[in-house]
Amino acid sequence: MKYALIDTLSEMADSVWAPTSGSVVPAATVTSRHSAIVRVTHWITTLCFLALLVSGVEILISHPRFYWGEAGNVLTPPLFKLPIPASRATVPTGYGYVLPDQNGWSRYLHFQAAWFAVLTGLVYLVFGSVTGHFRQNLLPAGADLSWQSLATVIAKHLSFRSASEADAGSYNVLQRLTYLFVIFVLFPLVIWTGLAMSPAIASAFPAAVTVLGGQQSARTIHFFVSVFLLLFLLVHVVMVILAGFRIRMRAMITGRPAKNMEPR
Amino acid sequence: MSKFSRRKLITSSLAVTAGASGLAVAARLAQRYGLIPPDASGFYGPGETLTYAAQRLLTRHSFAREFAPSQISKPPFANEVDPLGDEFKRLQDAGFVDWRLHVDGMVARPASFSLAELRSFPVRSQITHLACEEGWSYIAQWSGAPLSHILDRVGTLPQARYVIYRSFQPDWWESIDMADALHPQTLVAHGMNGGELPVAFGGPLRLRVPRQLGYKNVKYITRLTITDSLKPFGKGLGSASPEGGYAWYAGI
Repeated sequence: MKYALIDTLSEMADSVWAPTSGSVVPAATVTSRHSAIVRVTHWITTLCFLALLVSGVEILISHPRFYWGEAGNVLTPPLFKLPIPASRATVPTGYGYVLPDQNGWSRYLHFQAAWFAVLTGLVYLVFGSVTGHFRQNLLPAGADLSWQSLATVIAKHLSFRSASEADAGSYNVLQRLTYLFVIFVLFPLVIWTGLAMSPAIASAFPAAVTVLGGQQSARTIHFFVSVFLLLFLLVHVVMVILAGFRIRMRAMITGRPAKNMEPR
Repeated sequence: MSKFSRRKLITSSLAVTAGASGLAVAARLAQRYGLIPPDASGFYGPGETLTYAAQRLLTRHSFAREFAPSQISKPPFANEVDPLGDEFKRLQDAGFVDWRLHVDGMVARPASFSLAELRSFPVRSQITHLACEEGWSYIAQWSGAPLSHILDRVGTLPQARYVIYRSFQPDWWESIDMADALHPQTLVAHGMNGGELPVAFGGPLRLRVPRQLGYKNVKYITRLTITDSLKPFGKGLGSASPEGGYAWYAGI
């Protein structure tokens, strides 16, 4: 265990400090399923996402009503409301009790986790652009984008056959499209709508709020994007379990691919 | 273990040293330019400092959005407040003629203003958004004396860095830095939607900081204290909010 950790750290150091040095690259780095930066940023993002999710739910239950436009409150007709109790007595929920107020630490945690997630995301973006990670691992090949090949992949998913050996080394077209959507659409959108709720940011970048339809619209979009991200997380975890939980987890933690899995 | 070559050890140590000294220099610069919030200690310090520092660099001179009269929320929502007590009732029944706003601390001429005096000061009216940290909001027209005018009038000393403001409700006090205190949209508000400021919305006097969340917009203000340090006040975290678990800076 101790040596495995040292191996991992040294691989990480290799790919961080000397990504192209040909002479002393250990064999493990060459065949890594996931590069060290991908693994480290993946797990930091995971921790941040869980923190954002828990704190976001806590903040949400202080006002589980949603509006469209600039302003909205309990005297305004909502776009919709969630059928859950609230942590504020001023919100009419139909429940006879009020949940405890958890907004203080939730807000501190939400913004701290958001900062760490954004900074980690920037590192990942720079790495992904410079090393060709996006181009090689995530951008689908042109031929894979035909309806026929998409239909084949979807049919394969629906038949619940376990992943083939070929799938273990790279992503199929559905995975590629999903990851690209999460990385380049959902994450930027959740950050943008989050920032648009800030009164100070709204003062400096008013257009970032008005194009969304207003600050309450930003809050509503933020909620829906978070729901999509949560759905992605659930499907992602289910697929990892179906494809072989131990192998996939090992690949994302140590970088070691499936064929090197024999215990030493 | 052979994987730890000397070259790797040297480059790693250099990187760690550079990183650590970079952080130390950043911390020194942040301190010098007032980019560290008073509640920066503790587990959430890094996030709070990043937020406050980034927003001070990006939003120092920006103006809160102002809206058209047609966008005013009808009716606005008055959040619940703790009971105000008999003394407040007595002042209210007398039309608040005895309400005073005291100004003290780092000023050349400490003063105490009546409502009539405050109303005679230049008035700024603005239609702005008030957002509560809970998620709800409303738009209203606020009018009052710019806080910067009051700070000028009492001769605020150059070393002033924060303005503390206290409510008639003894446990409610807040503070803002000079960037917000001197901002033209920061008002000692005494009017709302064309009339006097209703008690439910903080009347007779409320501090309006439209670039921060509702809880920094303290109702029933009675005293301003100008200071160069927040350490001696309360638990030294800047205001009542961090003492209750909420962030001091609420521009988010």
